Amino acid sequence: MKRQFLMGNEAVALGALHAGAARGAGYPGTPSSEILDVFNRLGGKAEWAPNEKVAAEVALGVSFAGVRAFTTMKHVGLNVAADVLFTAAYSGVDGALVFIVADDPGLASSQDEQDTRRYAVAAGVPLVEPSDSQEAYDFTRLAFEISERWKIPVIIKLTTRICHSGTIVVPRKPDRDLPKAHFERNIPYHVMVPGHARPAHHRLRKKLAEIAEWNETEGPNQKISGSKNLGILVSGVAYQHVREASPDASVFKIGMSYPLPVRQMLDFAATVKRAVVIEENDPYMADAVRAAGGIIESAPEMYRFGELDVKRVKRILAHDSTPEAVPPRGKPPQLCAGCPHTVTFEILKRHNCIVAGDIGCYTLAALQPLAAMDTQICMGASLGVGLGLRHVLPREEAKRVVSVIGDSTFVHSGLTGLAEMAYNVPPTGHVLLILDNSTTAMTGQQEHPGTGRLLDHSPANQLDYETVVRAMNVPNIGVFDPVRQPGEFEKALAEALEKDELTVLIVRRPCILAVARNGVKPGTTEG
Amino acid sequence: MSDKVTSIKIAGLGGMGVLKSTQILAEVFFRQGFDVKKAEVHGMSQRGGSICSDVRFGKKVFSPMVPAGALNFLVLFQDDQFPLYEADCSPGTVILKPAAIDPAKLENKRALNIAMLGLLSRHLDIPVEVWLNVLHEALPEKGYAVNESAFELGRKS
Repeated sequence: MKRQFLMGNEAVALGALHAGAARGAGYPGTPSSEILDVFNRLGGKAEWAPNEKVAAEVALGVSFAGVRAFTTMKHVGLNVAADVLFTAAYSGVDGALVFIVADDPGLASSQDEQDTRRYAVAAGVPLVEPSDSQEAYDFTRLAFEISERWKIPVIIKLTTRICHSGTIVVPRKPDRDLPKAHFERNIPYHVMVPGHARPAHHRLRKKLAEIAEWNETEGPNQKISGSKNLGILVSGVAYQHVREASPDASVFKIGMSYPLPVRQMLDFAATVKRAVVIEENDPYMADAVRAAGGIIESAPEMYRFGELDVKRVKRILAHDSTPEAVPPRGKPPQLCAGCPHTVTFEILKRHNCIVAGDIGCYTLAALQPLAAMDTQICMGASLGVGLGLRHVLPREEAKRVVSVIGDSTFVHSGLTGLAEMAYNVPPTGHVLLILDNSTTAMTGQQEHPGTGRLLDHSPANQLDYETVVRAMNVPNIGVFDPVRQPGEFEKALAEALEKDELTVLIVRRPCILAVARNGVKPGTTEG
Repeated sequence: MSDKVTSIKIAGLGGMGVLKSTQILAEVFFRQGFDVKKAEVHGMSQRGGSICSDVRFGKKVFSPMVPAGALNFLVLFQDDQFPLYEADCSPGTVILKPAAIDPAKLENKRALNIAMLGLLSRHLDIPVEVWLNVLHEALPEKGYAVNESAFELGRKS
């Protein structure tokens, strides 16, 4: 087939299409967000689920019907979907199930630098790591094959530099004559009660042992022969940096990093005078090779922070652990000019609120000049953290605590927090603001169950926040446009802060970027 | 084709069209049969903050990110972004600044990114038709004339 120039995310989408995936489900999160949109554009069936756990469950259900499914998320999304991953590893799948998980070393747009390879070990599922868009395509195809062959979920670990780098891809012929969806009753395999899960765990370990053997002999790993003085074991995009930083070195590129091809790695290390493991994030491969008795060098601790690049790889090879030059800081990101969130946070600041915040564009309100958000940890935490503060702070302080969450984040993880708020009511009550800008703005204006549109922007059922809040028996509910009614909104907030009751204020104004895209006038409710 | 890799960095602020121009640039080199890689960062960094992306082409490119000291062209959409990338430059780096474009002749200032591509195109041995074909396909039909004249303006600046 003809060569194409594709971003890693586009290559994954094309790979999933050519693998005949029946459905892709996910929740947006940089750097993974484009995969499902592209899959949809190419003709695949794709959906945004309310969160990663639901997305993974939908994908698991698709795979239980004997066909191929995948789910996409950023690394922290796998924390949400981890419950599915661990037990789906036991149950196994009937068709295929691929978790596409995008890590963010260097934190370009994330709250942590967690390393998804640790999840593969913890859950016991194979993990492949592409080093460019061609491998993103090839390994996606391969992941479906491995999943189907061993009836096990497989993780594809991407990183920001794979997702958002463009490189050349030569696709292959799409898979044809795949099985049709059909449910085969198999209660001992599909119902993970203890009596079924005990043998399932044995089956899982047996599969992993077979896959480890396969990876040793047929896995997607590549040795490039070079100097006998220096051999480098490497995975992911760091492979590219290594080839450029040390063109003469022997290289062993690990494509499947769980289960690792440990024997091959030990053999490789033994054939060179100096063997160095180079990897982004945690010293995962280095620890594994050492645990198996291999004599290798690895990067000093300072290199587990941030991304690697050619210069850093050269420094590692030169044993250079002197402090690195701190790059000059650019202009930080900020809320767009005219963003309705700005008004809301100015008002919160004026009332000296302690703001338990959440994840989205509005998290930028924590930065200067607004500096009007006091906590932010993970999706949905605004509710629990705000309530925790309210429970124990002295009365006058407790009364200033407000939880603030965006619409997409509310649907993702705020509904259960709202149930907590309505159930375990702090002595001073509580105030929740739902900032409804009718889109998942930060990640590129994706749809969600509250927008009334599906992934492809066609009409859908729309979640009604007011009705949900009312159903939770919250006594005080208000809806305001922060731009048109700043005075009314501020008055309602001041009253809510005074009362020892529960109040939810829905602050509704469409994102100016989404408005531009959807052609909706600001101030009108989208439907 | 020589083994030489050419490395370009485009820098500006979110919303100035850095990603769009990078996409166009990479496509031009792709059509000329080169190996091409580009690296960019999406998400948080786009909200009006400093943003840059790298494009590299040649017979065989490894890292998608331009290594320190290997930068051939730095294309700035805003002068004050230079200090951020100074350390990437070497004495041989060609630095293209927006001051080279006469603002009076730029019909739409949002087309500055395309004008800067025009300016860069003078330094690269690629037929002008290739540039124009890619521009035509990458940009919306509506308002295309403005972009084409911005490209021509840059190419003559």
